[in-house]
Amino acid sequence: MNTITRRDLGRLSLAAAVAGAGVTAGVFPAVAQSANPIRIGFAMALSGGLAGNGRATLLAYQIWAAEVNARGGILGRPVQLVFYDDQTTPGLVPGIYTKLLDVDRVDIVTSPYATAMIAPAMPVVMQRNVTFLTIFGAGVNEAFKYDRHFNMNVVGDNMKETYAKGFLDIAARLPTPARSIAILAVDNEFAQKAAESTRFLSRQRGLRIVYDRSYPPSTVDFTPTIRAVQAARPDVVFIASYPPDSSGILRAASELRFTPQIFGGGMVGPQLAAFQAQFGPILNNLVNWDVYSPEPTMNFPGVAAFQEKYRELAVKEQTDLLGNYIPPYAYGQMQVLEQTLTRIGKIDQTAMAADMHASEFDTIVGKFRFSASGEWAEPRNLYVQFQSIRDGDLEKYKRPGAKVILAPENLKSGELRAPYGPAA
Amino acid sequence: MSATEDHVAGRPAIDRPAAALATASRVAPPPRHLLFWLAAAGLGAALVVGLRMIGNEYGYFAGYFILQYIVLASAWNILGGYAGYVNFGAAGFMAAGAYTAIALRKATGLDLLPGIVAAAAVAGLLGLGTGYLTLRLRGVFFSIATLCLAVVLQTLVVNWDYVGGSRGAYIVRPREVPPFVSYGEYMFVVMLVLAILAVGISRTVELTRLGRGLQAIRDNERAAEAMGVPTLRLKLIATTLCGALMGVAGAPLPYYSGYLNPEAAFSLAYAVNAIAMPLIGGAGSWLGPVIGAVLLGGLQQAATVTISSALNLWIVGWMLVIFVAVAPRGILGWFRKRT
Amino acid sequence: MDPDLVLLLNGIVSGLLLGGLYAAAASGLAVSFGMLDIVNIAHPALMVMGAFTVVLIGTTLGLDPLLVAVLQAPLFYLLGIAIYGVYHHFFERRGEEALQGLAFFFGVMFIIEVGLVMGFGPEQRFLDPPYAFTTLRLGEIDLPLRMLAPALLALAALGLLYLYLRRSFTGLAIAAVAQDAEALRLMAVDPVRIKRLAFGISVALASIAGGALVVVQPVEPSSGQIFIGRVFAICIMGGMASLPGCLIAALLFGVVENVTATFYGPSWSPAVAFGWLLLVLAFRPQGLFGKAA
Repeated sequence: MNTITRRDLGRLSLAAAVAGAGVTAGVFPAVAQSANPIRIGFAMALSGGLAGNGRATLLAYQIWAAEVNARGGILGRPVQLVFYDDQTTPGLVPGIYTKLLDVDRVDIVTSPYATAMIAPAMPVVMQRNVTFLTIFGAGVNEAFKYDRHFNMNVVGDNMKETYAKGFLDIAARLPTPARSIAILAVDNEFAQKAAESTRFLSRQRGLRIVYDRSYPPSTVDFTPTIRAVQAARPDVVFIASYPPDSSGILRAASELRFTPQIFGGGMVGPQLAAFQAQFGPILNNLVNWDVYSPEPTMNFPGVAAFQEKYRELAVKEQTDLLGNYIPPYAYGQMQVLEQTLTRIGKIDQTAMAADMHASEFDTIVGKFRFSASGEWAEPRNLYVQFQSIRDGDLEKYKRPGAKVILAPENLKSGELRAPYGPAA
Repeated sequence: MSATEDHVAGRPAIDRPAAALATASRVAPPPRHLLFWLAAAGLGAALVVGLRMIGNEYGYFAGYFILQYIVLASAWNILGGYAGYVNFGAAGFMAAGAYTAIALRKATGLDLLPGIVAAAAVAGLLGLGTGYLTLRLRGVFFSIATLCLAVVLQTLVVNWDYVGGSRGAYIVRPREVPPFVSYGEYMFVVMLVLAILAVGISRTVELTRLGRGLQAIRDNERAAEAMGVPTLRLKLIATTLCGALMGVAGAPLPYYSGYLNPEAAFSLAYAVNAIAMPLIGGAGSWLGPVIGAVLLGGLQQAATVTISSALNLWIVGWMLVIFVAVAPRGILGWFRKRT
Repeated sequence: MDPDLVLLLNGIVSGLLLGGLYAAAASGLAVSFGMLDIVNIAHPALMVMGAFTVVLIGTTLGLDPLLVAVLQAPLFYLLGIAIYGVYHHFFERRGEEALQGLAFFFGVMFIIEVGLVMGFGPEQRFLDPPYAFTTLRLGEIDLPLRMLAPALLALAALGLLYLYLRRSFTGLAIAAVAQDAEALRLMAVDPVRIKRLAFGISVALASIAGGALVVVQPVEPSSGQIFIGRVFAICIMGGMASLPGCLIAALLFGVVENVTATFYGPSWSPAVAFGWLLLVLAFRPQGLFGKAA
């Protein structure tokens, strides 16, 4: 309890330091005092179900803010992060954004982490015609059609027709191309969209869908489900799951010696350090959706330096130790903001939106443009394969070779190994 | 001052239902009833005017947050406070209301207000059904049945693609709702009216034969039955009312947040607060849930934007435990003892 | 063998193993809720707390999680005694257990859950014993040790508890206390002392269930929530105060869940399981194995 209080205090003082309030405590050195900082407001999941990724996102923002302020800020003004914990409770989000915009009068708002939290903020933001740069949403703007919404996520505009493309491309490259597929997805919005895409593209390519079911997040034992999948004898298996279930599914598959040609899909969990440490060799030959891997093909300028800094702080801040998942994108999201503001030379919501629609951005996660609806114009869903994993040691995930990129073609860094199986 | 004119425009929305109910209860009128409704309407109007003069949208959202808990806590209190039957499924009934509103809008395009009526009907029937199945048993069975009902309902909603299933449902709201200054104010006024109605209904229940019957059940159900109190019928009326009001609290939720997924709708926080608020304020009196909701809801809202961590939920847990231990009659109990 | 039959057999076997975990989780409740009439809704939260301390101690000392669970059980016994002390002092003694007592345990549940988030962070924790990755095979039937070991521990704990309740004087007093506290008093047994002891045992069982949970799956602070409905359902279906009833109900519950998941997809298994409970409540409230009141 004591350590937590201290950590909370640490975080507060850290925020204060970033704010340029002149407090020297915290992880970052104090920043020159300024009367007129650019205030960036957001809610973030610092407790509750999404807190793992939420805290990692916040740390990336703080690293960015410290760097920017060390460089003298944006437009000659330091930046200040104003944030509240949304407790992973969507009901709190509208209130927080109203507070940010009307009471705190922040200059710019960015989003909380993930779709379920972003969506409740949208109406509040739209009412005030504010430009909204979000992180890791999935198709939020399909419903709202707001022309000042921009989303930092690799899935792009048309998730249904693009998300599973890489996975099925890999399946088609098998020595005997796959003819049947099984789909299993958890009941939540991202996984269901992923499954929908797989279903749609499989039909389009004439793959036989031999198993297609959802499961509730409260499932305890996955053995019967995986056995039913196994009994359907699919060539490839596409699973869209979330962290607690991803463990259960991988365990069950290993216990049942289930070795289809390709096993994986859109599982969330294997991207994270804790998961990689726990599962070690069980991850071998898993083919999974991802957003970043330290392969030579993705060595964008700046990303290595960022990750080094992040990993130094991650231990103390108790966030994901590797920062291979969301943190580079969170940092990139802030770079987008920085580049836009520098280009237009003022804080003006209309001009910001116009610039984001028109320009190309160059960040530590690569170059990209936004589409008309504010998603990445070119989707970049990676499918990586875990190769030659012998233990749970995390060092190998900092170097190339452990998480080999199989798709898309332009980032490919290795060849598929089949079938799936920890023994391989 | 323009605020006064605006207030006149907004006023009928508050007064009409209150007035209608006041007329309805005039059949056997203890004069205090009319006074209550007038005072409530006056207080409500003052709130709207006050917030408009402050001219800050945040006030509406914070206010909505607290008012929704007034409805929920008052609803819980009808069964829990008066009759002593604990409903763990507040989130389930609330979500039933919210999803009724969503389904109605998708099916017929009807908006919030008809949605509230439909939510009351559906959640009320649900309450009646649960009550009918379990209220013949000991109270704890009812409690556990409500807990399970929430699980079953969540599974149903998750598997019901029509209302978005696990992906959640979007409700794109209009930017302006005349005559209100903003959508925030509109939501606030709707919830305010609902809160006044809920408190009024709970007060009416308390002061009529229904409430006295329920209290007799709480004190000693067998004795009450022996004395000829139609216990099952009274309990069924109470569960129906309780369910309906909880549904009403949930109906505006998708309109408030613009997006609703099952996880948010069935959040444990609603169940905890629905129980904690009446107990802290003082269960068994209509004023108790109001005090509890204002205090605890206000505290949580404030903590969200100040402490801003899991700590504020922890405080709620401790407050609940300490209050039920030290002040079993709630805050109201302190005053009762002194007088 | 016919593939469908293999599926069915494996569904039943894995359901029985899962039922073993449920039995571990529900047995403590059968004591507190079934015999003492204390609606300890925080029981699953205590179990998760047990799981976290198992991870903490097991990782630090490099011990097997099930062993740690048994070793730490006495501490949980003391914790249970303390909780009962508060409960008795503030609620039971005043005759306010129905409403306020229930709210008290609800609050305790919340405090434990949020406390774990604050102490350990929201991420899942794990501690895999080496055997967690081994699976025994009997012909076409798989027995993963990850599920088998906790189930066996649960059976052992239930068996010991059953003997204790049947053979020892205190045990008999526990079984009697819910029915007739007055009679106990006449026998010069203090019912409060008996209840305190029994509640301590029920919380110690939560610790053992926590150890079992760690072996089966990684735990997170909110893991308890998915067990609340299940353990109460099992308790009621088992006829409240009956340990054999509780065990059979737990196994049945596991089998129903897993067979549903095998043949109709996992999304319906909670609805089937809880719908079943609602029916039991409505038509056979004394439980599947209880005697009619």
